[in-house]
Amino acid sequence: MPNLTIKGYRRENGRVGIRNHVVVLPLDDLSNTASEAVAGIVKGCIAIPHGYGRAQFGRDLDHHFRTMIGTGSHPNVAAVVVIGIEPGWTARIVDGIAKTGKPVKGFSIERHGDLLTIMNASRQAAEYMHWASELERVECPFSDLHIATKCGESDTTSGLASCPTVGNVMDRIDPMGVTTCFAETSEITGAEDICAARAATPEVAKLFLETWNRYNDFILREKTDDLSDSQPTKGNIAGGLTTIEEKAFGNLEKIGKRTKFVGVLGPAEEPRGRGLWFMDGPSPGAECLTNQAAGGFVLHLFPTGQGNVIGHPVMPVIKLSANPNTCKTMREHIDLDVSPLLQGEMDLNRAGDMLLDLMVRTCNGRLTCSEVLGHREFTLTKMHMSA
Amino acid sequence: MIHFLTHSTTDTVGVAVTESVKRGQALTGRVMDTGETITIVALDDIPLGHKIAVADIEEKGTVVKYGHDIGRAVAPIKKGQHVHVHNLRTKRW
Repeated sequence: MPNLTIKGYRRENGRVGIRNHVVVLPLDDLSNTASEAVAGIVKGCIAIPHGYGRAQFGRDLDHHFRTMIGTGSHPNVAAVVVIGIEPGWTARIVDGIAKTGKPVKGFSIERHGDLLTIMNASRQAAEYMHWASELERVECPFSDLHIATKCGESDTTSGLASCPTVGNVMDRIDPMGVTTCFAETSEITGAEDICAARAATPEVAKLFLETWNRYNDFILREKTDDLSDSQPTKGNIAGGLTTIEEKAFGNLEKIGKRTKFVGVLGPAEEPRGRGLWFMDGPSPGAECLTNQAAGGFVLHLFPTGQGNVIGHPVMPVIKLSANPNTCKTMREHIDLDVSPLLQGEMDLNRAGDMLLDLMVRTCNGRLTCSEVLGHREFTLTKMHMSA
Repeated sequence: MIHFLTHSTTDTVGVAVTESVKRGQALTGRVMDTGETITIVALDDIPLGHKIAVADIEEKGTVVKYGHDIGRAVAPIKKGQHVHVHNLRTKRW
């Protein structure tokens, strides 16, 4: 197991990718139309439309650039075309991505219009597609992968079986030196002390609790009721989860029984070494995955109870569920059915074996449900209002 | 057939893991930490994934799952009753 390998793409900066996308990245909301037009003309490249990038400032703007540059720099991306309304901020994203050595070119719309921009950007995207299509997968150590986790539309089966399956895998891959990430600050509420006890050092525990307290204070400041329709969500409640505390203990099952976390990351921040990292940030699926992917995580493990359908533009998402109804009625969304755990027809080590096997196959190129169905959720986190 | 699971021996609620647990039905449960078997009689219909009390819980008492505090009972709960938003609330937020 320590010598486990996968066939991936070794990028210019040494990172290992498991997909080989050419991406068309809009700087701002105004550039979505041109970006999507390019992806319509040049087959196989992916546009990543979103809603922001104008008149942002301060830490909100920093976060915007960190997310966009992180997404463009992602190891699953071979090359990037950036399109922005104006050249200044477009160049900031291009320069940020170029630091990784990845091929990237920017185009701006003002003084050219959509049509000429689309033509020029399409020529560049086509060139990148030809180039990327000749890149070959090479043998890479599994330990060089960066893997993130988060659960969604959880129910009680998540805490009983699908989250513990991820935890079983986390406990196995942590000793290999894999870089991993868990998140969802608000959804640890009620289990924050138990979580802090899983920090590798007292300093990391303190940093985690400061981070959690900051988020909790923000929620307490903004709330208008006890949040009992938002957290747990309506879906959580339909699935039998009643309180945020109950949800939190199920959530924490994903980090296994032994693995300790080595540090705390801001949203979309890259880890600074191997091991398990906690990433601060909002808990909704698309926002959380957007931040984790922008931090460079190449594969995602996503337990669901009631049936979240999430994907990401460049990061494959493996969804697993232990809810037999979800596995039956939403089969096309569930990569791994671990419902036999509930009746003791399967043990946790066997479920972990199956997940690890599916992870290796996914790294080697097998498409996930979200990739086959075209789920490309991408949602930027706003740190505060724009100016 | 296992009808419900609890995480830990100190849990006061379990989770129904079969379809259609009916009122009056004798249920077999398993404690995941120890593998031990427990039996109770359902006092309510319990949907798949929903909680059932495995001990009497007094009003304002703490409800325990995963061996930890998951909230406060807002009504007296009898062993075998359905436990959800009608009788359990968060202590946070």
